[in-house]
Amino acid sequence: MAILIDIISWILLLAGSFFCFTGGVGLLRFPDFFSRIHAASLTDTLGAGLILIGLMFQAGWGLVLPKLILILLFSAITGTTASHAMAKAALKSGLQPQVVGSVKSESGGAPSNS
Amino acid sequence: MFYSLALSIMLSGFWLVNSGHYNPLMLFFMLVSVLFVVFLCHRMDVIDGESQPLNLTFTIPTYWLWLAKEVVLANIAVARNVWQGPESISPMLVYVKAGQKTDLGMVIYANSITLTPGTITIDQQGKQLTVHALTREMAADMLKGEMDRRVSRVEG
Amino acid sequence: MFAITAVAILVVMALALARAFLGPTLYDRILAVNNFGTKTVLLLAVMGFLSGRPEFLDIAIVYVLINFISVIGILRFFEYAGKKTAEEEA
Repeated sequence: MAILIDIISWILLLAGSFFCFTGGVGLLRFPDFFSRIHAASLTDTLGAGLILIGLMFQAGWGLVLPKLILILLFSAITGTTASHAMAKAALKSGLQPQVVGSVKSESGGAPSNS
Repeated sequence: MFYSLALSIMLSGFWLVNSGHYNPLMLFFMLVSVLFVVFLCHRMDVIDGESQPLNLTFTIPTYWLWLAKEVVLANIAVARNVWQGPESISPMLVYVKAGQKTDLGMVIYANSITLTPGTITIDQQGKQLTVHALTREMAADMLKGEMDRRVSRVEG
Repeated sequence: MFAITAVAILVVMALALARAFLGPTLYDRILAVNNFGTKTVLLLAVMGFLSGRPEFLDIAIVYVLINFISVIGILRFFEYAGKKTAEEEA
């Protein structure tokens, strides 16, 4: 049983490291600021999430587990908000995203049913 | 009063999780600090249904599960784009209408878009969100409005 | 296994630092520094397990919040700086 938990957490840690590394490479490879944010959010969501969940399997029951959950929660919320703030500040300061085109939703999003 | 009580319970739980010391003196300090923070929040006038959306308690867990699945799928797609190189991306700007009725619903929607890799909310004017999508497929997914419908349902 | 994860995180931090040095615009640098901060949090958590001292997690919790506040503060600062130069150009 203990070996099974160890194996699961090792797989999660390795997968998390892989996603973090992918995000780091994307940060260097992508051509413009707005596409680099996507690479950075890759490490923020699944990279951090998988590593922290892998650590949770190692932690067992105790005070360490809720602390790891708190770190996961905080990093998800603050990472999102920081990405949005950076993108908005860059746009407001006049940095134009390099895009191949733009589309507009004609239907006006979801039909509100109430 | 109800929201103050909910805030006190949440803060106490936070303190208990982070402390690990449970002798009477420390618990007295916890009581004092929680009451002080609730007093400060009361002075700042931030204790209301917007800072503590308790009406979402029962609807939001299923949405979180769905969002977690979406985040994993989007992560794999973006990781593939990273390894295929800069030629595989086709950045698009998407303008979508948010169908939510409350400000809180719109915040949940915009933050969910940003949390999913491959799409980022970069601006908001009224009910129109400007979204930067990494590829055409992600922009097309965005326009289907699946997430918008689900957030509208969470909001109730 | 923790050691491998820690090394991977250190490599990613090096890549983020490279982007911070290269970054053509100011916002690229801020993005890289923010990414460096989130990786620091992960490194702290992993180091806590590596050395068998879970007290590191408390520092990690505080670091998440400080990282967020510092990025918002820097953005606030340069938001006004950008507006000023735009007005001077106009």
